[in-house]
Amino acid sequence: LVEQLICNQQVVGSNPSAGSDSTATWPNETLMSRPRTPLDDLENHSVFILREAHHAFRNLAMPWSMGKDSNVLLWLSLKAFLGKVPFPLLHIDTTYEFPEMLEFREWAAKHYGITVIVKVNAEARERGIGYETHDPVTVTHELKTVALKQAIAEHKWDALITGIRRDEDPTRAKERYFSPRNADSEWHYKHQPPQFWGQFAMKNAPGEHVRVQPLLDWTEVDIWRYIEREKIPIPLLYFARDGKRYRSLGCRPITHPIESNAATIAEIIAELEKTRSSERAGRAQDHCEPHAMQKLRAKGFM
Amino acid sequence: VKIVFVGHVDHGKSTLIGRILEETGSLPEGKVEALRASCQAQGQRFEYAFLLDALAEEQQQNVTIDTTQIQFRSGRRGYVIIDAPGHEEFLKNMITGAASAEAAVVVIAADEGAREQSRRHGQLLSLLGIRQIIVAVNKMDLANYSESAFREIEKAYGEFLQTLGLKAAAFVPISASAGMNIVSNGDPAIAWFKEPSLLQAIDKLEAPESAAKQPLRFPIQDVYRAENRRVLVGRIESGTLRVGDQLLFSPHHKTAQVATIERWPTTSTESASAGESIGVTLRDHIFIERGHIASHEADAPVESNRVHARVFWIGAEPLRVGARYRLKLVTQNVECEVVALGSVIDVATLHTAASERSELRINEAGDVTLQTRAPLVLDNHERVPTMGRFILADGDSLVGGGVISGALYTSAKAIKSENIFWSESDITAERRALRNQHRGAVIWLTGLSGAGKSTIARALEKELFQLSMQTYVLDGDNLRHGLNANLGFAPEDRAENIRRVSEVAKLMADAGTVVITSFISPYRADRARARTIALQAGAEFVEIFVDAPLAVCEQRDPKGLYQKARAGELKGFTGIDAPYEPPEDPEIVVRTDQQTPGECVAQVLTELLPRLRLVHR
Repeated sequence: LVEQLICNQQVVGSNPSAGSDSTATWPNETLMSRPRTPLDDLENHSVFILREAHHAFRNLAMPWSMGKDSNVLLWLSLKAFLGKVPFPLLHIDTTYEFPEMLEFREWAAKHYGITVIVKVNAEARERGIGYETHDPVTVTHELKTVALKQAIAEHKWDALITGIRRDEDPTRAKERYFSPRNADSEWHYKHQPPQFWGQFAMKNAPGEHVRVQPLLDWTEVDIWRYIEREKIPIPLLYFARDGKRYRSLGCRPITHPIESNAATIAEIIAELEKTRSSERAGRAQDHCEPHAMQKLRAKGFM
Repeated sequence: VKIVFVGHVDHGKSTLIGRILEETGSLPEGKVEALRASCQAQGQRFEYAFLLDALAEEQQQNVTIDTTQIQFRSGRRGYVIIDAPGHEEFLKNMITGAASAEAAVVVIAADEGAREQSRRHGQLLSLLGIRQIIVAVNKMDLANYSESAFREIEKAYGEFLQTLGLKAAAFVPISASAGMNIVSNGDPAIAWFKEPSLLQAIDKLEAPESAAKQPLRFPIQDVYRAENRRVLVGRIESGTLRVGDQLLFSPHHKTAQVATIERWPTTSTESASAGESIGVTLRDHIFIERGHIASHEADAPVESNRVHARVFWIGAEPLRVGARYRLKLVTQNVECEVVALGSVIDVATLHTAASERSELRINEAGDVTLQTRAPLVLDNHERVPTMGRFILADGDSLVGGGVISGALYTSAKAIKSENIFWSESDITAERRALRNQHRGAVIWLTGLSGAGKSTIARALEKELFQLSMQTYVLDGDNLRHGLNANLGFAPEDRAENIRRVSEVAKLMADAGTVVITSFISPYRADRARARTIALQAGAEFVEIFVDAPLAVCEQRDPKGLYQKARAGELKGFTGIDAPYEPPEDPEIVVRTDQQTPGECVAQVLTELLPRLRLVHR
């Protein structure tokens, strides 16, 4: 499967960690002559934020869902830190994961030489919390948000680098690049600290952490164009099979594929340029009640 | 293009943005319908604003609380709209949103005209350096589509912008709720308006001058070790950097050549310019850390420990003279003290506060002088915007922003010698200070001939000596007998005279002495350079203006020089036929025509001694 996965991404023969002149993916001339694009600006700014975060915080981690945004974030971290990610990645395993995603996790950990911490809220599963018996907001909260809080408490992280984007959801559109969370991971969206000119000022009290959000300015199409340009490996579930593909990936029981024949990145981009339906339309927990995302996010959901 | 929408609360910003998004097809399918249905279910009237005001509190109270960013495309290009709250209480959110914008749309309701926040936001746009402005006169339907109402606002707000040095690219009458004159122009209701619609006017805005054309500023963000090499990483704020460039690193004036420019996964490119986050390796081994700024020697930034800025304040506690804050300018982070507060501007009325103030309250702006504990590398905002602005932090909160002006540029070449290295002694300035129980310093007296510099210098020396301090006076006349015997009084000779004195004073201060210099030193630029030179050695620099009116000095005429100058026997005498540029911002001013020498010295000691105490790090 991994072979197939990489083939689909057309990255055979280019080893991103090699980084020497002879195997460089792009010859110097093309990089030199290519005029700066909006993607370059996004990349430069995200790299700047990642480096600021690495300087400012002692104990960082990067939640990683293996989804497209997560993989772009990982790629940008490799760029920022010149091929070596200086913090662990965290996978919150809800136990409702697609098997393809878990397989990708194992492959990528080896491929990039990254440290991956896997966290399951075992206590909640033992209590019987699950999609079979509970509503999506409860399950998402328990198996994602609470699991995340448990991991933060165990590892005493003072900052988490997340891959959220403003265009995903109107409450995410109000986010800051550096967003403080209290000891209960709560987001005080009514009292967000001012931030401008690339400067932020905040101190963590014990137990508190900061969400660092380098992808805020990116859109769904930007993510795809960047994956295409940089040839970033991603899971196969995003590509159409039998007339269906996943546009956004979450827990299996509440994530629904869309009708699509887009089997390549170019086709996905073409499809997105035409569509006007929202990216997270297939994610049930966002839509089960008014302001569901605000409520989830205020309590610590990403 | 990033474009911020600002204006008074309830003048219809969010509604206008919602309209633009819908009319340009930028909203997901069914979004408006879903929102309408949701509003109906909750018994609320539908508002376009809800598309952006996503928070439950925002929808219930019908007010934008926090800034939002959302993208749309016109026929010409892509935009990021930044919705900034208009309510006074959320001004810090407005600044957070507006600070990253390249252009602004100010929304003014036709039925109310410009209000407090319309003006306050205009002022903040000017402070934030946003020069491209379009004024949308909204709610034309509530003003009966009246041309005179529109023209009145155009005239009044245009004049207001002019006082800020701003000019609107266009004034456009619109109705956001009726969707009039937003995308296409020529609406019959305002047949009198023949100019482009709002979106057409936005499309006509030109991108601001590229930062790549400004002088090179590459602030070091961090130093990474990769395969036994040290890679300096950072974002180029302005200018262009090339492999082989000789870089000057401020504030310590070290130079080194660029060996490679690094990006992952490619190792090297030939050049990089403003906005790029890169890594750089050097051919020469010098110690560099976060906060150092690389530039080209021919076009270097200013180094100073005195900063003049217009500061806007968003802290709940007022800014006070004498208070200390952290000053963050690109990757530099230094402690500073507020030493003076000039005029305070009411940002709503732009009136200058009538009485002298010792504090700057929330949502006010004022001219502030800051003294930093360590040398700061900076530019005037008009020269390099990103190096000419900073934030102030009080503990863990960001409380203000400042825009720098009035810094004097001195030639880095004259300060730095080619190919000569500063030899470091094991006995550091800190160790000398520890033994002496005080720091080395340069006390720079400036003033007209006869103002009393020598008298004060000698008396001060005596006082310091009696306090068991290392001290010495460098006197103008004495130095011209030897070290500066080959120099005359032409401007270039005067400059060289002062440069030599500055260097000697620096060495003596480095040796631990409190050096008192007593020179007319009539030129501001020369004194600014003396400061830079002293700061490089880590010495304290205190400029004292020994002030007395020319008539008083001439009457005293202790050496009979004024008489000779008046008689034409002495050419180029300061105050008579050569200029004296008084300090704009000295650390200390004494008035020898009003104070006795004893009073002057006592005043100097009070202000000086705390600065000479050992710094415990």
